[in-house]
Amino acid sequence: MNEFLQGGLYGGGIIVAIMTSLLFVLWTERKMAARMQSRIGPNIIDPLGFLQAPADVLKLLQKEDIVPEKADRALFNYAPVLGAAVAIAVAAVVPFSATIVGADLDVGVLYLLAAGAVGVLPVFAAGWGSNNKFALLGAMRAIAQSVSYEVPLVLAALVPVILTGSMKVSEIVTFQQNHHWLIVWPFFLGVPAFVLFMLAMLAESNRIPFDIPEAESELVAGITTEYTGMKFGLFYMAEYLHTVIASAVAASLFLGGYDGPFAPGVWWMVAKTFGMVVAIYYLRWSLMRFRSDQLMALCWRWLVPTGVVLVVASALFVVFAG
Amino acid sequence: MLLHFGPQHPSTHGVFRMDLYLDGEIIVKAVPYCGYLHRAVEKLCEKLAYVQLTPIVDKNDYVSPMTNEQALVMAFEAMLKLEVPRRARWMRSLFAELQRIASHLLAIGTFSLDLGGALGGGSTVFIHCFRERELILDLFEDVTGARFHYNTHTIGGNRHDLPAGWGAKVKAALDVIEARLPEYGAMTLENRIFQQRTKNVGVLDGELALELGITGPNLRASGVDHDLRRDAPYSAYDEVKVKVAVAKAGDCYARSEVRVAEVKESIRLCRLFVDGMPEGPINSGKPTKLPVQTKIPVGQTYVGIETPRGELGTWLIADGTQNPYRLKIRPPSLHSLSALPYILPGQTVSDAVAILGSLDPIMGEVDR
Repeated sequence: MNEFLQGGLYGGGIIVAIMTSLLFVLWTERKMAARMQSRIGPNIIDPLGFLQAPADVLKLLQKEDIVPEKADRALFNYAPVLGAAVAIAVAAVVPFSATIVGADLDVGVLYLLAAGAVGVLPVFAAGWGSNNKFALLGAMRAIAQSVSYEVPLVLAALVPVILTGSMKVSEIVTFQQNHHWLIVWPFFLGVPAFVLFMLAMLAESNRIPFDIPEAESELVAGITTEYTGMKFGLFYMAEYLHTVIASAVAASLFLGGYDGPFAPGVWWMVAKTFGMVVAIYYLRWSLMRFRSDQLMALCWRWLVPTGVVLVVASALFVVFAG
Repeated sequence: MLLHFGPQHPSTHGVFRMDLYLDGEIIVKAVPYCGYLHRAVEKLCEKLAYVQLTPIVDKNDYVSPMTNEQALVMAFEAMLKLEVPRRARWMRSLFAELQRIASHLLAIGTFSLDLGGALGGGSTVFIHCFRERELILDLFEDVTGARFHYNTHTIGGNRHDLPAGWGAKVKAALDVIEARLPEYGAMTLENRIFQQRTKNVGVLDGELALELGITGPNLRASGVDHDLRRDAPYSAYDEVKVKVAVAKAGDCYARSEVRVAEVKESIRLCRLFVDGMPEGPINSGKPTKLPVQTKIPVGQTYVGIETPRGELGTWLIADGTQNPYRLKIRPPSLHSLSALPYILPGQTVSDAVAILGSLDPIMGEVDR
């Protein structure tokens, strides 16, 4: 009972906190992008543009909801909901402090990989259900991309699991508290695994340079072509949720999670997550995108072999040096 | 699968449609269709008096209006056997080179937008390019009062003289643009992702390009050394030496490379023109009270000039009245687009966007 209560309270709290943080993340991205492009960014609604994101949501809510006549209504309608739900589900096992965690599963890492993998479904549902060629092409690319990048993602996530000897995310963090952050020592395993994890995560969350499923200059809007109003908004939100939560996961697995001096743990977690998010957006606004087949080549030729080597190396490290 | 690519599509550079026959993502056959932006400019030209035509052709290649006007009035001057004052010729060349910088900046920017997306690195390059293009539009505004559709070329010379101190402003703007060029280099030509997306994509053979009548940067990127500014000098180009940028590969990367090199060359030429700007009258045309008083004797002529996109030709048949009997405009973009059915098959949909962007077509002049 106690566990359920804790899970419910913290889980609900985490969901609300993450949703609210999205507004701030959106604001940061817009202002940052504006500065990078020598623009000012949103400043009409209020001088700093903080209210731009709520205003956008309000606008999306008022939009007419159009379902194409020949669309598969069931698939078309549940895809955006599932998309957002899956993105949030991953956050359940991420510890934001020693106590604030939705559900501290024994197989936490396995859970977050599995929950992330479900993310292909809504994309496929949207692509097929829209009955639109651009959406279908986008879904085709997205599925190929997600299935391929699942492999390096798993391999990269295995490195901290092997090094710490636990699949429980909170134990991985505790291990790093007691020893070193994995990115500090053993850095020759931690740093490449971290980079690999981030690349695969970026590809999973369809971020530039890996945003080919919705490549708007090629496929109009990819899977979201036929969506209007808040259904589109949900896809949009899922994408941002994915970025934030992927950053939180990476912070937990490699950057010591809530570990840090002076301030309470949760602030460290927030700071690390936010730092990762900013780094991702910095990449996004300065790079162009790959082509679909180049992306596959990058995955199978470079990332997967690197991942295999890293896993074997970390096993050897644990046996001989750990 | 048959994919209707356009006319309402974010990266068809206007209203342009391609029917792409796809096998997976590979293009098997491509059929381009143009004509969605047809405004009957050539017919309109037959109905208006000669002196009323410059503002009409301004809107053809709406990215470089200066060169449109220039090609038109040069045809009229050739028919009238009118000697243009030296200052006017130098001004025209200076305008054309400034316009070339602005136009190529826009080409690089929109090409990056095609590659990088409106919500990503592509738009960063795009907006940076527009920032610099803005400087040039400001310069033109100082001279003509208009930011875009200038209507400054007239038969026999120019309408607006350069304001005092304008040369210094031009040089200051050029310094800024030159200093910022390496930024674009880092984000485009030197960028690994950009190279991967453009190298060996959309290879256009030099001979095919010549057969299709492709001119300008697209032709020079295919290894054909051809530039009307050097090969058939007009305006002030016979008094300066134009270094022509040529690349061998013929792919999207080579086309971008040529454009960047041409921006650098244009900056050099602009400095020459500003420094050597002669004094004197800017118009030798006979002043008339009414448009109908400007009449061109019976005959025909063809005048071609090198615009940022290639050879823009004006073929004029005059019947002695105040209107042209027939005015045919040869737009370089139309010929560039005619390469699409040859170079698209075998490429992917993503490449189609890159190839179309690298050809830098302007639908306004394709459809006229």
